[in-house]
Amino acid sequence: MEELDGEPTVTLIPGVNSRKHQMCFDWGPGEMLVCETSFNKKEKSEMVPSCPFIYIIRKDVDVYSQVLRKLFNESHGIFVGLQRIEEELTGKSRKSQLVRVSKNYRSVIRACMEEMHQVAIAAKDPASGRQFSSQVSILSAMELIWNLCEILFIEVAPAGPLLLHLLDWVRLHVCEVDSLSADVLGSENPSKHESFWNLPGNTQTLTELELKWQHWHEECERYLQDCTFASNPHLESLCKIMLGDEAALLEQKELLSNWYHFLVTRLLYSNPTVKPIDLQYYAQSSLDLFLGGESSPEPLDNILMAAFEFDIHQVIKECSIALSNWWFVAHLTDLLDHCKLLQSHNLYFGSNMREFLLLEYASGLFAHPSLWQLGVDYFDYCPELGRVSLELHIERIPLNTEQKALKVLRICEQRQMTEQVRSICKILAMKAVRNNRLGSALSWSIRAKDAAFATLVSDRFLRDYCERGCFSDLDLIDNLGPAMMLSDRLTFLGKYREFHRVYGEKRFADAASLLLSLMTSQIAPRSFWMTLLTDALPLLEQKQVIFSAEQTYELMQCLEDLTSGRPVHGGPDTQQCQDDDIETTKVEMLRLALARNLARAIIREGSLEGS
Amino acid sequence: MEEIYAKFVSQKISKTRWQPLPPGSLQTAETFATGSWDNEENYVSLWSIGDFGNLDSDGGFEGDHQLLCDIRHHGDIMDLQFFDQERIVTASSTGCVTVFLHHPNNQTLSVNQQWTTAHYHTGPGSPSYSSAPCTGIVCNNPEIVTVGEDGRINLFRADHKEAVRTIDNADSSTLHAVTFLRTPEILTVNSIGQLKIWDFRQQGNEPSQILSLTGDRVPLHCVDRHPNQQHVVATGGQDGMLSIWDVRQGTMPVSLLKAHEAEMWEVHFHPSNPDHLFTCLKMDPFVSFHQVKLFNELLTFLSHSISNQAHVHQSVISSWLSTDPAKDRIEITSLLPSRTLSVNSLDVLGPCLVCGTDAEAIYVTRHLFS
Repeated sequence: MEELDGEPTVTLIPGVNSRKHQMCFDWGPGEMLVCETSFNKKEKSEMVPSCPFIYIIRKDVDVYSQVLRKLFNESHGIFVGLQRIEEELTGKSRKSQLVRVSKNYRSVIRACMEEMHQVAIAAKDPASGRQFSSQVSILSAMELIWNLCEILFIEVAPAGPLLLHLLDWVRLHVCEVDSLSADVLGSENPSKHESFWNLPGNTQTLTELELKWQHWHEECERYLQDCTFASNPHLESLCKIMLGDEAALLEQKELLSNWYHFLVTRLLYSNPTVKPIDLQYYAQSSLDLFLGGESSPEPLDNILMAAFEFDIHQVIKECSIALSNWWFVAHLTDLLDHCKLLQSHNLYFGSNMREFLLLEYASGLFAHPSLWQLGVDYFDYCPELGRVSLELHIERIPLNTEQKALKVLRICEQRQMTEQVRSICKILAMKAVRNNRLGSALSWSIRAKDAAFATLVSDRFLRDYCERGCFSDLDLIDNLGPAMMLSDRLTFLGKYREFHRVYGEKRFADAASLLLSLMTSQIAPRSFWMTLLTDALPLLEQKQVIFSAEQTYELMQCLEDLTSGRPVHGGPDTQQCQDDDIETTKVEMLRLALARNLARAIIREGSLEGS
Repeated sequence: MEEIYAKFVSQKISKTRWQPLPPGSLQTAETFATGSWDNEENYVSLWSIGDFGNLDSDGGFEGDHQLLCDIRHHGDIMDLQFFDQERIVTASSTGCVTVFLHHPNNQTLSVNQQWTTAHYHTGPGSPSYSSAPCTGIVCNNPEIVTVGEDGRINLFRADHKEAVRTIDNADSSTLHAVTFLRTPEILTVNSIGQLKIWDFRQQGNEPSQILSLTGDRVPLHCVDRHPNQQHVVATGGQDGMLSIWDVRQGTMPVSLLKAHEAEMWEVHFHPSNPDHLFTCLKMDPFVSFHQVKLFNELLTFLSHSISNQAHVHQSVISSWLSTDPAKDRIEITSLLPSRTLSVNSLDVLGPCLVCGTDAEAIYVTRHLFS
């Protein structure tokens, strides 16, 4: 049994009395069904009315948020774009491209945050207003973490620029937390410092900068020693701060909103050319000093600490636990994977971490009635298990209109998922047959190239014909085109209809040979032979001889085949007797007609030439 | 192609339509309606791209569309048309046809009229009632014609409770779209690749004419009639084939153009500039959206009509009919950045274009021909 990373949360279900009755549950793809059973824990059964509802429990409610949907859609575009340009990314431009992608993601998060903030302000009741505000702070935390990861892992800023990035980072987030700290410390000193650093040119090397800074630092110290500011305590503490004195900094704690602000400020004054690997020590001590033993670190603090320690896996792990939706970790991990930062240590079900997270995220999307289309692209870019996951998920999308079915089918066809295409088309064709839409059923079986179903539909048509004496849906049967070849039965249907048409146009000779070929080519079902022979009757009875002797022999052969195959019915009821009577009458009439025709044909053929 | 404004709207858009301008008006299009699909709650929404008097703090760019009002809609919105300035007709996947009324003074939408059992497989009288999605609508004040997956054609009149005329089982397959040729004639396309012309003056339930492509029975998804020449129609098929038909001549299309790799969802002639034809389709990695335009408009008497009929009675032959695509006189321009999911719908009015996608975004541009 794996050890738990945290305490599981307990959710109470309204209306269910779990003390009296047992609950039962079942897992779904993204949800859980729960209801009360009639079993109860006590020995004797009490007739207590139980809760009549079945509850659907979802863990991931973010997927249903209107504002967050925009996040999912926009980031989907960025994700797909990143996968596509992956092959083209080489060398120096690679890093800048990846940084740009990261900034794109972040700007999407910020846009979402802005909008959520607007919604929170406009909210009508305070409860939802609070909910939206908490969403805003979650998004803000996500952007904070992403930004730090971008600086440390993607940009991989070296010592020197590192601090400047960190300064920007803090400034961005401190200012937006709406605090009145116009950041006296932060705003005053950079003006001195940036001119000192001489940024735009950046022609100075690290050692030069360090040297200059060292010089300036010593000068400050000298002023302090000389008690130059002794008259003015404010200036004195300012000088101490500029020397990086931690105690002095901590005195201004109210202006520093959090420990990482403290960290960066401290670094600014005590060690501006800090190297990335040394960050963690400063970070840890800043955290400890700032909290001062009064409070314990929050999840966000742990995540940031892990980032400073360059422990990417820990960052992802902590984020997965803290956040309720896989969006953040899936996209961040994917991006870091493109930076080739994740060793592919195999998890015990065969895929690496990036793929695992993407699969989880995409499965969550499929549980939503609308966002499943986004999930398809995520599965596409999971090389190991993406395809099978997609196959399983896509068959289970409910299809209530043909248009949705067409989109799903197109997705399957583009990925050569022939099994799924067949299965979906079969479902749709079956629905169509049940609704008596034979044309639709046929067009679905043609799309799936499903010969068996085409046969079924043709049988339906033929049965309708036998019952009613005429064809329904002539517009379909008359215009089958090459689709006729899909199944034998369908071909028969088309040809049979053609026979009727040709007969209607009084082209008897063509009709006759068509009819004969239908019987002799074995594509006519045996049950239909009687009908075909009966159709031949009017042709046999015509004034002129239509069937040649040869053809008549073949017809007779067919008739004999048919009658010899059928057992004699010794049925007791009159209906059976009547049917038998009809049958025997038909057979007799046919025999008579065939014989007469044979006679005439022989005569005609015998005396054709000459005179 | 500049100045396309995109906005993510948290719902997949199935249809977008410009609100018609009053005749003789010199304004450009300002308001459009959208319908969503595949949500648990679908909405019909009205948006405006006009400049606002009271801009919000970040300026409110010209062209950035704002939501005016919306109303809940039961079922997916399969088709949406403006009946007149104020009324919108929608087709639902529940088989219901609804007329919404827009109240401009307080910016709300309300249900004006509804035909709830317009399309069904088994009727409302029977115990196993099952509805069928209504797939297409066309309006011509005061008439509304609807078609659906049940193969039924209904003719409604606004403010009449019952259908004026119903053709049951008009088609054994699904009817995907309908358009007016000349009142009272309509043309429908179905999922076995046929165009059927129906004349409401005739009593029977048979089409007056059937046209189809030979070869595979490729379903046809959309149809649009040339704005000036009522016998020229364009259809889009499941295989991305764009076909131009002349319904007076024969049963074959006049020209075929392989425009896309996958389904074409909508095709539109530009209402005032019919040499431009717009199509949209499912995602194609390189091109998402086409504008097909003819260069040469001097084709009036140079009839290369494929049906080889020498005598043509009109003096002006539509330049579309004389097209020989192999001669490269057609210019195709992609209008949208690639990488979007399926573009489901588009509409053009003057120089303005609006389209909606499955990536839950609406794109608007006001400068089509710049």
